[in-house]
Amino acid sequence: MTSVVLIGVGNPARGDDGLGPALAERVEDLCLPGVTVESDYQLEPEHAVPMGSHDVVIIADAAVSGPAPFGISLIEARPDTSFSTHGLDPGALLALAQLIHKRPIEAYLLTVRGIELEPFSEKLSDEARRNLDEALAFLVPFLCAEPRRVGVLRRAARPARAACLVSSEDGR
Amino acid sequence: MGTEVSHVTNTNELRRTIIEPVTRIEGHGKVSLLLDSSNRVQQARFHVVEFRGFERFVKGRPYWEIPVLVQRLCGICPVSHHLAAAKAMDVVVGVDDLTPTAERMRRLMHYGQFFQSHALHFFHLVSPDLLFGFDAEPGVRNVIGVAQQHPDLAVQGVMMRKWGQEIIKATAGKKIHGTGAVPGGINKNLTIEERDALVKDADRMLEWAVSALELCKKYTREHLAELASFGSFPSSHLSIVRADGAMDFYHGSLRAIDAEGNVIFDKVEPRDYLDVIREEVRPWSYMKFPYIKDLGPEKGWYRVGPLARLNTCDFIDTPIAEKEREELKELGGGRPVNVTMAYHWARLIELVHAAEKLGSLLRDPLLQGDDLVTKGERRSEGVGIIEAPRGTLFHHYRVNANDQVEMANLIVSTTNNNEPMNRAVGAVAAEHFDGREVTEGLLNRIEVAIRAYDPCLSCATHAVGQMPLSVTAYDATGAVVARGVKGSA
Repeated sequence: MTSVVLIGVGNPARGDDGLGPALAERVEDLCLPGVTVESDYQLEPEHAVPMGSHDVVIIADAAVSGPAPFGISLIEARPDTSFSTHGLDPGALLALAQLIHKRPIEAYLLTVRGIELEPFSEKLSDEARRNLDEALAFLVPFLCAEPRRVGVLRRAARPARAACLVSSEDGR
Repeated sequence: MGTEVSHVTNTNELRRTIIEPVTRIEGHGKVSLLLDSSNRVQQARFHVVEFRGFERFVKGRPYWEIPVLVQRLCGICPVSHHLAAAKAMDVVVGVDDLTPTAERMRRLMHYGQFFQSHALHFFHLVSPDLLFGFDAEPGVRNVIGVAQQHPDLAVQGVMMRKWGQEIIKATAGKKIHGTGAVPGGINKNLTIEERDALVKDADRMLEWAVSALELCKKYTREHLAELASFGSFPSSHLSIVRADGAMDFYHGSLRAIDAEGNVIFDKVEPRDYLDVIREEVRPWSYMKFPYIKDLGPEKGWYRVGPLARLNTCDFIDTPIAEKEREELKELGGGRPVNVTMAYHWARLIELVHAAEKLGSLLRDPLLQGDDLVTKGERRSEGVGIIEAPRGTLFHHYRVNANDQVEMANLIVSTTNNNEPMNRAVGAVAAEHFDGREVTEGLLNRIEVAIRAYDPCLSCATHAVGQMPLSVTAYDATGAVVARGVKGSA
């Protein structure tokens, strides 16, 4: 079976920034075989380790712009100088993972549209919650299918530098 | 120069250049340089856009929630806040001494955090500068460049970081919002399975830490002529130290020394920190400026973090790190080391120390004990101070009869280094800014100077589209002279 690692990133104490971990938690609750779920505040170099031991990588994150309710894009590996001290952007993390594991890795960025990124707010906004449900409605059938058909992701995704993100309608 | 440039009162004839935000430093920050009519740097300010209001946020919350809640402060060092708050709440629940198992579990968590944090900082941020030089092409001078040209080093960095994170997970329960430390103790011990999974890599981690230290030392010695003055200035230093004077990241009393090594104060218990420390608010910065009370805000600023800890302690109680400490101290010629770039060297000595400590802690059977929590007579106030990777961290709470927090005061590590970072930026800009163009070389040198302190400037909002870098220059009238944008997430 195609193995998947899902990495949800974001800060649950900053409102809709917690969409990534919220999505990861919902998927983890399903206890799906062949699906590894991780959560973190941001992407870190050590996430390169599980990326190399799975067939498909999905990084789930909140987005303050782009398509609603969610979008999915193929991550392109790229050197990047814009990352902050302790966070990598998805393209830089993928580049690091591929260099470490010495092989191409198929990785997708699933962005869920967030609205309110307020500090010290531990709740998702109503709209973000609806967007999360839509994203899960797209993702969970893929994860539950036997065998998993990666073509579902490939068709839904576009290279990040081109059309970037597509809407949920396109994704289905 | 750095000591003058931060304090200018007459700004009528000055021109301001702003660089924002500083890349590769957590959170959002910007640097503004105020120039005179001859384009010389007269003032340097490192602005920090960190959110405030945490003290208000916790008001009214039950005290036992605080060690978990405070982890929302920071996605980079949640363990530090978790443990500092837990220590403060130990006092509130009347516990002065934890059970041996609880103390060892907390230390394991804390030293695990040090290990992963210091490893990450070195491999992710510092090694590109050391391996490729400050003026190397930005496309190469990053962790991807390291992975391409020094793959073994990159793998070591990733695996060291992961090992430290696994220790945190095993002790705190999980990586995000761990619940390991509770008022009066800890809520789990380390199982045999968890121990075995971690201890098998301990010797290799120490070996890699020593290798990283050797790399850093070699670079520093070879470039000492340039690095000795880079963003450097004499300063006081502050940290907690153990009762016998040993370096201790988890528990101790406050000690401060001046630039000559004279003791300013010593053996100040955490509960008495307000007797020696004050905080100044400046209108242009969200961060407060702590200072030593008796010296006043002008002269009382100090440095914290790895270099400060190496300067204030009398010795390190692990053999390899102690030998390395003695070697570093030679740089100061009998006085404290005030070379800003020696922060990296000091940080890697601490990395080695953490690896040594973790190796012995993991083999301690008391970690499998069952006596996890102690109780005492309830108190209304508690102060917890620990050494976080970036420096001394203060948590102070008052709790009312209904068990609700009614007052909180936090002095975070990076805030302690606020004034030193301003001075470091000022010193570098005064030497390298030509008054006209914010070059990549200048930008990176400013970053390098700030990066020495490994600041954590804000908490982790990082949603896609939130982290651009822009450079803006203003003339005396406030008009934009030049602006550039560098990357975006």
